[in-house]
Amino acid sequence: MKTQDVTEKPILEVNNLETGFTIDNKFYNAVDKVSFSVKPNKIVGIVGESGCGKSVMSLSIMNLLPKGIGEIANGTILFDGNEINKLNNNEMNKIRGKDMSMIFQEPMTALNPVFTVGYQIMETLINHSDISKKDAKLKSIDLLKSVGIPRPEKIVDEYPHQLSGGMRQRVMIAIAIACKPKLLIADEPTTALDVTVQAQILELMKTIQQENNMSIILITHDLGVVAEMCDEVIVMYAGKIVEKTDVDTLFHNPKHPYTKALIQSVPKLDVIQETLGTISGIVPSLKNMPEQGCRFVDRCSMAKSECRTKTPTLKPTVDLGQADDSKEHLVSCLLYDEA
Amino acid sequence: MLKYIIRRLLIMIPMLLLVSIVVFTLAQLMPGDPFGGEIDPTKLKPEQIEEKREQLGYNDPILVQYGRWLSNFVQGDFGKSISYKTDVSVLIKQRLDNTIFLTILALIITYAISFIMGLYSGKKPYTIGDYAINGFNYLALAIPSYVLAIAFIYIFAFNLQWFPSSGSVGMGVEEGTWEYWMSRLNHTLLPAIVLGAFSAASYTQFLRNDIIDNSRKDYVRTARAKGTSESNIYNKHILRNSLIPIVTLFGFDLAFMINGAVITETIFTYPGIGKLFLDSVGKQDYPLIMTLTMMFAVIVIIGNMLADILYSLVDPRVKVE
Ligand SMILES: Nc1ncnc2c1ncn2[C@@H]1O[C@H](COP(=O)(O)OP(=O)(O)O)[C@@H](O)[C@H]1O
Ligand SMILES: [Mg+2]
Repeated sequence: MKTQDVTEKPILEVNNLETGFTIDNKFYNAVDKVSFSVKPNKIVGIVGESGCGKSVMSLSIMNLLPKGIGEIANGTILFDGNEINKLNNNEMNKIRGKDMSMIFQEPMTALNPVFTVGYQIMETLINHSDISKKDAKLKSIDLLKSVGIPRPEKIVDEYPHQLSGGMRQRVMIAIAIACKPKLLIADEPTTALDVTVQAQILELMKTIQQENNMSIILITHDLGVVAEMCDEVIVMYAGKIVEKTDVDTLFHNPKHPYTKALIQSVPKLDVIQETLGTISGIVPSLKNMPEQGCRFVDRCSMAKSECRTKTPTLKPTVDLGQADDSKEHLVSCLLYDEA
Repeated sequence: MLKYIIRRLLIMIPMLLLVSIVVFTLAQLMPGDPFGGEIDPTKLKPEQIEEKREQLGYNDPILVQYGRWLSNFVQGDFGKSISYKTDVSVLIKQRLDNTIFLTILALIITYAISFIMGLYSGKKPYTIGDYAINGFNYLALAIPSYVLAIAFIYIFAFNLQWFPSSGSVGMGVEEGTWEYWMSRLNHTLLPAIVLGAFSAASYTQFLRNDIIDNSRKDYVRTARAKGTSESNIYNKHILRNSLIPIVTLFGFDLAFMINGAVITETIFTYPGIGKLFLDSVGKQDYPLIMTLTMMFAVIVIIGNMLADILYSLVDPRVKVE
């Protein structure tokens, strides 16, 4: 039992984060009062369907929201004890790519088409240290090797269009880990890749995480990925956290109807399923977000009438038969309010 | 690359042959007679005129005339100008370097202005500076170049006397000296600005929009996630991408400049190819007209080839073969 985890100082602490967009002169929250923390050397998964605010949240942490459109309205983000949401762009540039880096969903467009792979890796190194160009290039070749790219001395001089999607995502990982960051945010890093490549990339990320002692925020809409990779899981729905716990508890004892529905919708290889469970309906858009009550109410099979009027909050819940009460299990659902 | 250039040059041959047919036919169709501007028919007897025509081969069958003109042309014999009574090649040589000087200066002005203004506008769109630059651009695009030329001559040459209003070099300066080059620059600057203004405006607008487009691309977000400074993001990542469409405009621009030089050189009485061309048209100097038209065609075709080669140099995704 690793009980000391509870006392270990988190690398990232997000408190009451509210991020939104100004659409037609009105401000809409896409991330609504989200709080969580990431401990050193852990992989935290964030799951939820498309449009739940996962990307907006990660861009908020990196301070990469589209300028003039998206902004943090409230809350604090503490990275390594510093309140980074107060930093200006220049100060943020000293952290981005060095202590905290990010990889994106779309490897086909994330790299600059007119620069060589080597240039784009070297740039990170040069941004954050006094390394010479020659050394930076040698280091880039090493990095390419470490992310499993064959013939790195050759690939280093090639352009992104000469590589496959999986190879490009490996290059993105090489860029992200070049300065050995403490935290890596991976926003659906394998969604755009085919299944076999997906598994390889996840494997690689896990290896790198263990070798470098870094934390990862792994954003995905695939619970299979979560089960394989993560220590802790945050389930997001329509900009809010609906459930948060460790990975074992989540799969063995899911509480929120949304989490249950998500788990049911994962195809199981060992069970022959008649139909694949899917959740009917869609995530409400920013403009159609209900003002009060639970945001999942329209799609929830267990909804009561009070779910429309009373807004649930994220609260600790008791897992019956669970002796180890060091494990936190938070859920935001009226069904568990009286428990 | 060399193979590609050779192939492109070979493709030029049938294209130029086609152009030569068009040029020759048009010259034949044009009203008047080569002698129209030369010899006063009232003073010469019709028999004498006829004799001259026969002598020069104007009565031969069209195909023979065309063949003779073409074979001479290929051998570098462009014929004798009717109005100047000199070899066409000599006339062109005298003026070509003036036009080249003017065009290069105009291109430098175009690129310098458009890169400074386009980058500024693209970096700070929808600000006062951007609106000012946009306003300036629309003005430059709306004013015809001959109006601009006359206004410039009036303001900067006559009133302020900063620049001469005509010619390509001052009287009595010794060729090759510092004063000589400064005098040439002084004479060429005003027409070069007029010639470059229109292109500068459209390039600025083009660059601005392309920079704004590119600044929303995923690779920019990646660069930011690496901690790349804003100046490097614009001056390296984005500009390097925005160079691609600009370079492809170069081929068109060369043709456009030559076109513009005809008007600009005439207004500034600047002794270049453009003015020579307009003069030759006025005097119905067929050998001159035909040679210059062929020359313009060659420049346009080579300009396009140059644009394609530059394109493959700035965009690694494009390979010429
Ligand atoms: N640039 C933007 N302008 C306006 N709305 C946006 C923008 N980016 C995202 N959103 C909205 O914010 C919500 C969350 O989006 P996102 O974080 O991308 O979802 P996810 O990554 O979970 O799929 C969505 O409703 C989306 O429409
Ligand atoms: Mg997303």
